[in-house]
Amino acid sequence: MVSNSDPTGAPAPSSPLVSLSNAGVQRDGAWLVRGVDLAVRPGEIVTLIGPNGSGKSTTAKMALGILSPDEGRAERRPDVRVAYVPQKVMIDWTLPLTVERFLSLTARADPKDARAALAATGISHLRSAEVRNLSGGEFQRALLARAMCRKPDLLVLDEPVQGVDYTGEIALYDLIKRIRDDLGCGVLLISHDLHVVMAATDHVICLNGHVCCQGAPVAVASSAEYRRLFGGRASDTLAVYEHHHDHTHLPDGRVRHADGTVTDHCHPHDTAQDHGAEGATTSEEKTRHAG
Amino acid sequence: MLDDFFVRALVAGIGVAAVAGPLGCFVVWRRLAYFGDTLSHAALLGVGLALLLQVNVTLAVFAVSAGVSLALLALQRRASLSSDALLGLLSHSALALGLVALAFMTWVRFDLMGLLFGDILAVSVHDIALVYGGGVVVLVVLAWIWRPLFAATVNQELAEAEGLEPERANIVFMLLMAGVIAIAMKIVGVLLITAMLIIPAATARRFASGPEQMAVLAALFGIVSVVGGLFASLEWDTPSGPSIVVAALALFLASLSPLASWITRALRRSAGPQSEVMHR
Repeated sequence: MVSNSDPTGAPAPSSPLVSLSNAGVQRDGAWLVRGVDLAVRPGEIVTLIGPNGSGKSTTAKMALGILSPDEGRAERRPDVRVAYVPQKVMIDWTLPLTVERFLSLTARADPKDARAALAATGISHLRSAEVRNLSGGEFQRALLARAMCRKPDLLVLDEPVQGVDYTGEIALYDLIKRIRDDLGCGVLLISHDLHVVMAATDHVICLNGHVCCQGAPVAVASSAEYRRLFGGRASDTLAVYEHHHDHTHLPDGRVRHADGTVTDHCHPHDTAQDHGAEGATTSEEKTRHAG
Repeated sequence: MLDDFFVRALVAGIGVAAVAGPLGCFVVWRRLAYFGDTLSHAALLGVGLALLLQVNVTLAVFAVSAGVSLALLALQRRASLSSDALLGLLSHSALALGLVALAFMTWVRFDLMGLLFGDILAVSVHDIALVYGGGVVVLVVLAWIWRPLFAATVNQELAEAEGLEPERANIVFMLLMAGVIAIAMKIVGVLLITAMLIIPAATARRFASGPEQMAVLAALFGIVSVVGGLFASLEWDTPSGPSIVVAALALFLASLSPLASWITRALRRSAGPQSEVMHR
């Protein structure tokens, strides 16, 4: 069940909009995902990555309250205004639905906001087009425009740029960041675009039926679990976004530094690392425990 | 004016069409045609029970239809059968039970044909009051749940995530369906209520550019069908229900003709630039 975390009074500004603790969902005796800990705070972009079937959408649905966890807890602040961009929306051909009407689907959209959202997502010219005639990429833009119009506190995006062309992808990720900056909302993002994730995210959670590692992007990218899941592409990501990368986490947990030395920890004399490696280490322990 | 049976039939039929149109749009959008059939077949069981227990027919029909809706929801939750198989099971069981119940009551003189196909001669002032009273309630409630119901029709999870409680809207919608079946039964007959829900909505789809517009157009096309069908029924002495449905079918076929698509294009053209200006 989703319960309210703080029924007594106004929550502190930095308290999480939504949090999952040790949450899991079971279907027909098998766990779709298990042991998920996550929190999304205002102004923070949290990204879920992981292979197909790793429980990313399921985790997002627990956070939204669409699925209630069979184990653990899901908590949302009571006053949170949610906007959701689902992974799949099928518009039946019998539905006469223009883009403009679609923006007001769950709440009336202010005409000014609607215009601004359509312009920001680059589909102003499609305002009176029928939704079912949109291409995949155009429809994703319409979904994002609709979410923008809601002025959410919590924005949940399940693969928001699927089917969008490459330049559009970058523009839309920039837009998501801008929405976060303008509204100060928390963002829970599911994405396959590892490069972008590593560049645009505050916190990455790598799922594979359980949380395989989590932390700041840099820390996750260098974790062994992450590399095992994503292989070569992960190394590319490092090459592009890890310019100041100076050490490698070896599969056995030790660290090889740029000068070739190997130690047990990456910063033996500095416990307050900027890349949050301790998050990665603890979740690796958890992984071993769960496995 | 209401002394004339034909005027009474017209007034009642127009009331039914005005309610069936908007509700029928949801039947089309949500692919619930077979569900409508099931409810209307269950209406026959309602009539049987009403005669047996000496209670108001409309109330009994509403109660049985609502019961069948809720039974369907409950059965779907424990789903070991697909929805269409469950609907078939409920639909024909209710129909058979109703017919058997009626056959047992040999002391009741009952016009089965009138029940199945509608009977304009039987429409009383009391029926008109029922159609309009019930119709207003149905339309008001539908307007009240319109946004959550429509959002859930587009995407259930989206509606749920954004706090619209679509499950509640779905249950209310099923009760509204039961209500429409109960008030429409006497006019178009048990077997053809689904046609009144679906055909005007299907005709409206070709001309509508938005859901609200489609609901209004469906009501209008339904009203035209009722008027046309009843006049034809009077002229050629045909049963009222089938005549109305044939008129609705004729409208639908006309909407497929080249002339209709020309009208649609002209409407869109004239609406297009105007709205451009509005939003600049």
